[in-house]
Amino acid sequence: MSSTEHIATAHVHRDDVGSRMGMWLFLFTEILLFGGMFFLYSVYRFQFAHEFHVAAKELNTIIGAFNTAILLTSSLTMVLAIIAIQRKQKTLSIVMQIITIGLALFFLVNKYFEWTAKIHHGIYPGSEELLSKDSGEILFYGLYYMMTGLHGLHVVVGMVLIGIMTRLTARNSITHDSYVRLENAGLYWHLVDIIWIFLFPLFYLIT
Amino acid sequence: MEQHNNHTEHTHSYGIYILVWLALMTLTAVTVAVAGMDIGNFTVATALLIACVKAYLVLTIFMHLKQEGKTFFVFVLIALFFLIISFVLLFSDYSFQ
Repeated sequence: MSSTEHIATAHVHRDDVGSRMGMWLFLFTEILLFGGMFFLYSVYRFQFAHEFHVAAKELNTIIGAFNTAILLTSSLTMVLAIIAIQRKQKTLSIVMQIITIGLALFFLVNKYFEWTAKIHHGIYPGSEELLSKDSGEILFYGLYYMMTGLHGLHVVVGMVLIGIMTRLTARNSITHDSYVRLENAGLYWHLVDIIWIFLFPLFYLIT
Repeated sequence: MEQHNNHTEHTHSYGIYILVWLALMTLTAVTVAVAGMDIGNFTVATALLIACVKAYLVLTIFMHLKQEGKTFFVFVLIALFFLIISFVLLFSDYSFQ
């Protein structure tokens, strides 16, 4: 019996470490993508320190802090989903993954209300209200929409990815013995969290 | 049965992750509180320092860097090195313009 098992598994080409390493390499390109925007932000913040302070006062710190808490919690549920599958607790893992997706959705809903409130006040790229302000404030809001927008896009991608993983877990394609795809989705999700960890103080806490 | 060696050995219990999550939440509260105080130039420095501590916790615990092989650690260090180099070059250029 064990010999047939051995033959059966011998043909499975699997390299979980290599798989995770590939994911990390991809994450580095993401770091550089956002890094470029952080470069822009830092130079303009030095150049227009006062304008950035004035512009940042308009942002809602409470929503920002709340969204930080949501993302941190979703990172926790993601990591718990992986531990659960390792312990053969399939249902718990699926529940944790669904909670993660739910929290991501919650984050985006908050973001939606935050953005619509801004747009309602006439502050959006190219608006008359914004163009009448100092160039430093225009830059601040340009960066704000660009960086939180791109981050939001990553949240959407993360939701889709975790959704696929939930389906695979339900179909027993991801099991306690083979869960590297779930781990990689988790790595992506944690990076999205890390980017927000830096976006939050840089945009919401400079009053 | 070689496959089993391929896994990261996660010996962590649920507890450690909840503990790290609590630390991350506390640090968020601290960074909001510090931003409310007027400590001049230290405000940005403190905010970035706290953000770095949070990122470190996520990288090492949530992303399991601590349990991965040394190669992963070197990988991340090299990526961060290039990011920092870019910042240094950017600001040395910007300051002398």
